[in-house]
Amino acid sequence: MIDKRHIGHTLPNFTVEVETGRLRFFAKATGQTDPVYCDEDKARAAGHPSLPVPPTFLFCLEMESPNPTAMRELLNIDIGRVLHAEQHFSYQAMAHAGDRLRFEPRIADIYDKKNGALEFVVRETRVTNQHGQQVADLRTLTVIRNT
Amino acid sequence: MVDFACLQVGDTLPPLVMPPISRHALALYCGASGDHNPIHVDLDFARAAGMPDVFAHGMLSMAYIARMLTHWTAQENLRSLGVRFVAITQVGESITCTGKVVDSVQQDGETRLRVVVTAINQNGETRLTGEAVVATPH
Repeated sequence: MIDKRHIGHTLPNFTVEVETGRLRFFAKATGQTDPVYCDEDKARAAGHPSLPVPPTFLFCLEMESPNPTAMRELLNIDIGRVLHAEQHFSYQAMAHAGDRLRFEPRIADIYDKKNGALEFVVRETRVTNQHGQQVADLRTLTVIRNT
Repeated sequence: MVDFACLQVGDTLPPLVMPPISRHALALYCGASGDHNPIHVDLDFARAAGMPDVFAHGMLSMAYIARMLTHWTAQENLRSLGVRFVAITQVGESITCTGKVVDSVQQDGETRLRVVVTAINQNGETRLTGEAVVATPH
């Protein structure tokens, strides 16, 4: 069982620079057909300073942490038993290529169901940009299968 | 892009229909997303973990839902997006994203629409279900 004393634990903060090439690669991998997300001229014509970060890519940037397995190591979770149960984003501002985004993740909750057969971890991450402006709040619910 | 002036509660969004998810698509998403969990791309690892095969990243289908939304309205209008991953999407499944405006509310000085979103497979089975909140420019 995951030790519930980790509820409220703050994971290491980190800063990630949004790279144009990664945004283009993400557009390709998601079948994106809207040129605003892969053509900088089209992005500027639509009023963006550079390629926009699409809505779910903030979750990907969170994986650019210097230690992306920090939470699993802390909680001693086997990656082969992990499933993504829920994902939520609240948006306060757009982010773009060239931005330096700061991620502040914390373990918001840990609970179990079915007598511990399923354990759940809630991670909440605040994202701010290089101007100190709030960009988004992420909420990730992970389930661990213990059977 | 949608004309919000003509929009009513109950309206549906243009669906996004995707081709079957290939192993190649999962490899591309692994690299592009930075989600390097081998369970999505390494069959040996997936079997050792008790799964019959590799399976799609839930976040790939969530990215498809986001594509449907940003095709419908500019991303600047998106206030929130949340989903529950209801069931695993297997290799070869074809995902269709749908959205329906279910409510209109006043919040923080703007009109916001609640949009119920889903990702279903070719058999109509739900894979993701959730909700987006979109601000109207008026």
